[in-house]
Amino acid sequence: MSQRPYLPCREIIAFLADYLDGSLDPAARAEFDRHLAVCPSCVAYLAGYRSTIRMARLAVDADSGDPPEELVAAILDATSRRG
Amino acid sequence: MDADFVARLQAGDSGAFEALVRRESGPLLRVARRFLRSEEDARDALQDAFVAAFKSIGRFASNSRLSTWLHRILINACLMRLRAQRRHPEEDIEAYLPRFLEDGHQVEPSLPWTEPDDFMLRDLVRSSIDRLPEQYRIVLLLRDIEEMTTEEVAAALGITANAVKIRLHRARQALRTLLDPHMRGTTR
Repeated sequence: MSQRPYLPCREIIAFLADYLDGSLDPAARAEFDRHLAVCPSCVAYLAGYRSTIRMARLAVDADSGDPPEELVAAILDATSRRG
Repeated sequence: MDADFVARLQAGDSGAFEALVRRESGPLLRVARRFLRSEEDARDALQDAFVAAFKSIGRFASNSRLSTWLHRILINACLMRLRAQRRHPEEDIEAYLPRFLEDGHQVEPSLPWTEPDDFMLRDLVRSSIDRLPEQYRIVLLLRDIEEMTTEEVAAALGITANAVKIRLHRARQALRTLLDPHMRGTTR
C-alpha cells in the first residue's frame, strides 16, 4: 500500500485549470485523482469551479435585445460616408 | 457563408452591406454590452467595428466565416475602448482567492453547491462577473464566454499565454468565491 504523502490542497487548486483541460501529464493527473479520492473539500471546490464556468456561459447566453433601428441607420450612414 | 454574398460585399454592394449590418448587429451588440459597461460605448464599438470591417472587407479570406471575422473585429474595437478609458480603483483579486494553512489545507473547507434555478442565477452571475477586477474580467469574457483560444487572447491583449492562463484561473476562482455564499444557500 502506498504511503506517499498526498499533494496539499493548495497545489490541487493551483493547477485545477490544467487538470480540467487535460494538460497535466499522466503522473500528475494520477496524483490529483489520489488526492481527490480522500478530500471532499477539494472535490467540492472542483465541482464549484466547473459550475462557475458553466453558469457564466449560461448567464450571458441568455442575452437578448436587437439593436435599435437608429443604431443600424447610424452604422449604415457612417460606412457610406467612408465608402 | 455564401461566396457570392462575400463577392458582393467586396465589390462595394451597399445592399449587401446593409443586409450584413442588419443580420449581424444584434449578436455583435450583445457581445459589446458584455465588455463595455455603458450602452453608449457598446453602440460606438459596434459602429467602429462595422466601419473597420467595411474598410478591410477586401482582405477578408473567404475560407473563414464572416461572422467570426466580424466578431474578432468587434472584440478589438471593445478592447481599444477599454484601453482608452480611465482605470478606476479596483479591488485586489487576492481577497477572492482561496486561503491555505501552512500545511497546504484550505482555511475554510469547501462545501458542495446546490444551484438555484438557472433563471434566478443570471443576474447574480452577471453582477458577480462585473465585480471582477478589469484585467481578470476581460480574460474571463474572452476565454470562457467568447471562446477564444489562449493564444488568441494573448495576442489581443499583448500579454503572454501564461499570463492569460494565470488570469483566467484567478478570475474563475474569484467568481467562484463570489457565487459561493449563494450556492450554499446562505447570504453574505
